[in-house]
Amino acid sequence: MSENVENRQLVVPGKILAKGMEFLPGDGAYRDQDEIRASVLGLVNFKGRAIKVIPLNGKYLPKRDDPVIGIITEVGYNSWNLDINATYTARMLVGDASDRYIDTNRHKLASVFGVGDAVICQIKKVDENMAVFVTARGPGLRKVHDGKLVYVNAAKIPRIIGKGASMVKMIKEYTETRMFVGQNGIVWIQGGNEELAEKAVLKIEAEAHLVGLTDKMEQFLSKESGKTINRDEPKPEPEAVAEGTEEKKEEGE
Amino acid sequence: MGDEKPKFLIKGGKRLDGRKPEDVRPIQIKMGVVPNADGSAEVIFGKTRVIATVYGPRELHPRHQVINERARVRVRYDMMTFSVEDRKRPGPGRRETEISKVLAEALTRVVITEKYPTRAIDVFVTVVQADASTRVAGLNAASLALADAGIPMRDLVVSLSFGKSYDEKGQGHMVVDLEKEEDNWGMGDIAYAVAPALGEVLLLQMDGDVTLEEFKKGKTMADKAALEIYEMQKRALKARYEEGSK
Repeated sequence: MSENVENRQLVVPGKILAKGMEFLPGDGAYRDQDEIRASVLGLVNFKGRAIKVIPLNGKYLPKRDDPVIGIITEVGYNSWNLDINATYTARMLVGDASDRYIDTNRHKLASVFGVGDAVICQIKKVDENMAVFVTARGPGLRKVHDGKLVYVNAAKIPRIIGKGASMVKMIKEYTETRMFVGQNGIVWIQGGNEELAEKAVLKIEAEAHLVGLTDKMEQFLSKESGKTINRDEPKPEPEAVAEGTEEKKEEGE
Repeated sequence: MGDEKPKFLIKGGKRLDGRKPEDVRPIQIKMGVVPNADGSAEVIFGKTRVIATVYGPRELHPRHQVINERARVRVRYDMMTFSVEDRKRPGPGRRETEISKVLAEALTRVVITEKYPTRAIDVFVTVVQADASTRVAGLNAASLALADAGIPMRDLVVSLSFGKSYDEKGQGHMVVDLEKEEDNWGMGDIAYAVAPALGEVLLLQMDGDVTLEEFKKGKTMADKAALEIYEMQKRALKARYEEGSK
């Protein structure tokens, strides 16, 4: 906490967040001589010495190790191009497509991933020119065959995941679906009550800035699904919109 | 159009519409008026109404315009055919091209373009109803639409016009936020934009004659009015998310 702003305060670009060298600017903030100012419209978040501003809107900006869902747009000779619902498109090289060796002379790449396929992948590298590379090698990373893709605002993703993935877990329990939440704002839902899960995701997106959303969603889900799930230990309500890093790794499966 | 020159634009410290020299017209700001866009805002200065929409950052076409180390902010300023009394011929002309250019330059100064190399941030400024000071209203709307789109900016942009009006004796008086009559018949008009938190001037254009003293006086008045507009902008942005949170 600095003397200029409180944690979770709504700020506009240009607002002074802290003075002096005590703090460091994180995402959504920048240093202007000895002042740290906000660069986006969002909520202030203090983490140790770093001050960041969690944006309330905006496109996804690819970051290393983020789990995302990409749609194949082009099949090349030794790579694929993917639309990752971001400012930049992504590339996947043959070596990153599968754990098995793919001989480009013998196999057509389109037989691995064709145009229009949705692939659960992970950002492998983002270079200084913002060339983005993704990989489909890793636990849980694969092509999806059925189910539903729901597009939401990428800024609202941390809220859909919830603290320690509490929100996705809850939706999955009530709707009996399988879900994967990509950091880029694409949510994959499959099996069970897909419609209700989609509704729930869109509801969270619309009300992401409100406090006490988990309880509200619990009520909504139990009413819509006609189910009650007993929680033995009462869970503390996660107040923060997003702490970012720790739940980021959380994959819906 | 084609009206005769009025005998005075200001009399006894009161302007044609009853405002004092330092007063701005009633201002309204509406956020998110175009849901399809990544960000949008409507700014109403009296009878002037402008809508700005923002798309991007997105891929830049044509490719030869790409800047490798930063994003390009492109602005298209346009007036609707029905925004003025005589039908405005659609499409950009000399005036529209110039305004688009100066608005783009002003916005490039505040947007943190280095964050999105090779991309384009497209801003469309559309004048729905024109009653002078459209470029400054457009710049306010554009800045709000950019903030709404979540694009990183160093500061918001606050913009307004000021100029030189005359009384019944033909004496000049500095006034803020010109309306149509004052723009058409006044002795000088200045479009002015600042980044209020950083204190940088982003746009300064003048038409007509104003002495240095008059300019300084007008600028002081404009700076004061700019703070009012800045507060309104902040309120409008926050109001979008505030209900319920905290």
